[in-house]
Amino acid sequence: MATSGVKVLGARQSPFVNRVVMALEMKSIDYELVEMNPRLKPELLIKTNPVHKKIPVLIHGDRTICESLIIVQYIDDAWTNGPSILPPHPYDRATARFWAAFVDDKLVPLLGQLREAEGEEAKELVFKKFSEAFMQLEEAFINCSKGKAFFGGDSVGYLDIALGSFVGYIRVAEMMNETKLLDETKTPRLDGWAERLYSDNIVKDVLMDPQLLLVQLQSGFRHSRSSRRHRETRVEARSLRGNMKEQCCWRRGLCEMQQIEGLFLWREP
Amino acid sequence: MAAASDVKVLGMWSCPYVNRAQLALCIKSIEYEFIEENTLKKSDMLLKHNPVHKKIPVLIHGDKSVCESCIIVEYIADAFDTGPRILPSDAYDRALARFWAAYIDDKWYPLVKVLRQSGDKEERKSLVQKLFEGLILLEEAFIGCSKGMAYFGGDSIGYLDIILGSCLACLRVTEKVVGVELMDPTKAPQLAK
Repeated sequence: MATSGVKVLGARQSPFVNRVVMALEMKSIDYELVEMNPRLKPELLIKTNPVHKKIPVLIHGDRTICESLIIVQYIDDAWTNGPSILPPHPYDRATARFWAAFVDDKLVPLLGQLREAEGEEAKELVFKKFSEAFMQLEEAFINCSKGKAFFGGDSVGYLDIALGSFVGYIRVAEMMNETKLLDETKTPRLDGWAERLYSDNIVKDVLMDPQLLLVQLQSGFRHSRSSRRHRETRVEARSLRGNMKEQCCWRRGLCEMQQIEGLFLWREP
Repeated sequence: MAAASDVKVLGMWSCPYVNRAQLALCIKSIEYEFIEENTLKKSDMLLKHNPVHKKIPVLIHGDKSVCESCIIVEYIADAFDTGPRILPSDAYDRALARFWAAYIDDKWYPLVKVLRQSGDKEERKSLVQKLFEGLILLEEAFIGCSKGMAYFGGDSIGYLDIILGSCLACLRVTEKVVGVELMDPTKAPQLAK
């Protein structure tokens, strides 16, 4: 199928957008990432997603598809070249969909709850919920991976994409709260998976390093038009020390990052 | 054809989410055993087969259990090749069906239950307004998906007909409770038909 005319409306830091980008990269589809801030409700976003007015939106020719997991399934259905994203067996597909829905309905909201929690007692309650959710996902990993490296088996699949897109934010929350949410002593296999994820060729080119993500979140959104995907060498950002002003190249964008002293500003993806 | 003993549905006869699983099995001509659950006193079987959410419906197929109604319907569509298709054949039409199913479950149908239980006049008015706004969106979805035919799925009942159709009984009950015609034919003539 022709890959021309594929656009993703989104923001580089959004885990939901990253799901779509990972799926497109897995299928080696050329696309243009059109960066936008959904809070500003740009016209193109309202036109292509009038129901929810949210990113990501996939534009494929004259078709628009919304909702990240629906987009990932569409990419898997529409492009049959490249590896399959969803498992071949109906039951494994149902299991992957079940746990992806669990991630969105049960795990992701905990990040918002943690942000809103006031006081140590409230935070401890949320930490406990994280622990319970990860214990359930640990079992899911054991069943889905069947002893291999990823939920999808030997390679990244649907559930790796669904959950993996949030690992960076989970690590950021750990740094901010000086605690371990994804704990190797309680969920060793899941923690091992999270570490392996960033070494995958597709994932490491899409997901931002958690340290870098932390700095991006501190400095707020930076918007730039992205060009058509091409294989560029990514210049790693130097880690931030103290109040140093850092410069880094990220794909084609040049962003100047400053550390904000004092209160850390948490941004929704 | 799967033997009735191979396929079980744990649920309640009145639950629209359970009805979805039943509709899909009927479309595929799959025999199944229906096991009535008491959600106020959940059985060991339910807790064993849905330990995460502890909710109905649960589809048990041999030694496999599948939970969450929309996921069950897609599983039935995938696993049984008898009978007509449930999901559209085109990838984009499938994405649209999934999108509107998610809209119904996440945004629209939850308002129906809140409306039915609300005793506040102003709140009811606001909820009815929101439901009408959603209904207009679903009317547009119907026009887009049905392509001039009788159902969202075209000539025959498909995925989105199952998802929304299963909600109709509770919708009609709510209409009686609040005294408002929610599936208003002046606002959504195609959908009302």
